[in-house]
Amino acid sequence: MLGTGIIKGLAVTAKNFLGSYHDPKRMVTVEYPEQKTVLPENYRNFPFLIAENAADPMGTLRCVACQICEKECPPQCIIIEKSKDKKPDASGKMQLYPAIFGIDTSVCMSCQICVEVCPFDAIKMDKVYEIATTNRFEDLFLTRERLAKPNSYYHEIHPLEAAEVDGRLAADRKAAEDKAKAAAAAKAAAAVAKPTAPAAAPVVPAVKPPVAGGPTP
Amino acid sequence: MIIAAANSYLERAPLEWRDWAVNLLPVPLQWLTHHLITIVGVLAVFGLFFAFTTVAERKLLGRLQNRLGPNRSGVPKFSILPWHLKHKLFGLTQPFADAIKALTKEDIVPAAADHVLHFLAPVIVVAFSLMTFAVLPFGRNIIPVDLDAALLYFFAAGAATELAIFMAGWSSRNKYSLLAAMRALAQLISYELPLILSVVPIVLVAGTLSTKTIVVNQGFWTFGFLPHWFIFTPWGAAGFLIFLVAALAESNRSPFDLPEAESELIAGHLTEYSGFKYALFFMAEYFGLTALSGLGVTLFLGGWQAPCAFLEFIPSYLWFMMKLVGMIVFFIWVRGTLLRLRIDQLTRLAWQFLVPLALLNIANAAFWVLTSHWSGPLQLVRWAVSLAIVVIPFLVMGRSLTAGYAPRTYRYAP
Repeated sequence: MLGTGIIKGLAVTAKNFLGSYHDPKRMVTVEYPEQKTVLPENYRNFPFLIAENAADPMGTLRCVACQICEKECPPQCIIIEKSKDKKPDASGKMQLYPAIFGIDTSVCMSCQICVEVCPFDAIKMDKVYEIATTNRFEDLFLTRERLAKPNSYYHEIHPLEAAEVDGRLAADRKAAEDKAKAAAAAKAAAAVAKPTAPAAAPVVPAVKPPVAGGPTP
Repeated sequence: MIIAAANSYLERAPLEWRDWAVNLLPVPLQWLTHHLITIVGVLAVFGLFFAFTTVAERKLLGRLQNRLGPNRSGVPKFSILPWHLKHKLFGLTQPFADAIKALTKEDIVPAAADHVLHFLAPVIVVAFSLMTFAVLPFGRNIIPVDLDAALLYFFAAGAATELAIFMAGWSSRNKYSLLAAMRALAQLISYELPLILSVVPIVLVAGTLSTKTIVVNQGFWTFGFLPHWFIFTPWGAAGFLIFLVAALAESNRSPFDLPEAESELIAGHLTEYSGFKYALFFMAEYFGLTALSGLGVTLFLGGWQAPCAFLEFIPSYLWFMMKLVGMIVFFIWVRGTLLRLRIDQLTRLAWQFLVPLALLNIANAAFWVLTSHWSGPLQLVRWAVSLAIVVIPFLVMGRSLTAGYAPRTYRYAP
């Protein structure tokens, strides 16, 4: 009969109307500033730099200013200036560090290529999305100080990925230590075998064996 | 009971306040003040009604689509005040924020436009849609102007808005505006016919064009709880349905919102309007909707009459407003449900379906008037015949019109 479709349709919307008051499954709206959805694990927007120590982020940046990300960045939004001096990194090895590290987020396209090319796991993708500012020049250009965030924060936002990275870094470090120990042992054995150089023998244990801060590139 | 209710203080209050205010002034000014107060009253009540209709529409549409609707706008913080109301007030202040936004927007007039007509169109459309309120009886004693030919006046004033729509389209000097205005005219004139034809039975049975008398004629109850509203007769129900469809089309409401279809056209005849003039067109649209709903309430739903005798203690104007709100909510519900028609479907529905049905319904009303002296078992015959006159053509015409169209099969859909 003509008009039955209209009545059926009216019934559907009436159900929607009544259901929206008591059925949370129907109301999927999240009222944003007060309520927030949980972002998926792999959500990403802009990169940040990982610092080993939250108390001294500038001193413990993993970044060694190798500038690979700067060269790989498709929109060229990264600027890095190497330091003149060297500082010991987390594992005590002397490394360069970025005197200037800047990311222009107004240019960044969130492609994650910098993260993929970084051999030191020093740059990762962040999850902050409330990035509106009142100044489109200074506030959108993230400096070293604003980019550095502790490793614990990385664990917070990407727990699985961070655990994997930390495990890998620890394994690398251990392998390097083992290798250094083996080298030292071999050297010691050589020194024992060659007593013509007695001066070298007592020095070897005093010198700390060089331990790689990360995987050798 | 009826006398007591008619004389209760609440019933008389609006008039007494008006008369008190009028009597404060010298005699030469009294006539003018009397009418000015009426105009200001209508403007204030229906201006606010319009404002809250917009927010109610948005909130209801939201709920019908499982959304929340606007619930953000609260009260702004005034720096001179020491306190600040932090509650959002359920977004009820939204229309005022919208009004401020529309008022402060730039008013752009095309360089080649006819400036006078371009300015006059929104003014006229609002003026004429407001004029229709003059003959609606809002309560037992409240009617702005008690005309003998009220219905005639209502449709004359209502039809004049169509002129304004064409003015808007033509004066914009924009071919899309002009085309849209022509299409809007085609729709409005098509539906003017079933709208008026659906009202003719009322005039036939009530024997008057005066809205006040038509409401009084609906004012009794069988056994005290069955109201004698015209919708509870076969011809009244059929007329009301035709009236509803035609009123939807006349007020450019979904599913007949072709003249200004936001999602398909630019904005129809409103393409070249911005800022407050655009808001005025919307205001006129809502005024038109409210006025037509008010007319529907007056003619079919018993106007200000209470549905049961024992509910008469509620003042009549509140009954009118409740019925009016009910009609508006129904229109919003329909808007949240139905899809927009195509222009050919739209005109086909009017000319091939509504107009013949409305004409038959006039014959039905004539039959009802001629058999008004039938009583006893003949009453049942009268009802059966009257029902058959509208239901059978409805079924037959509905079947022939939808033949080959429904039910639709979707070949590729699962």
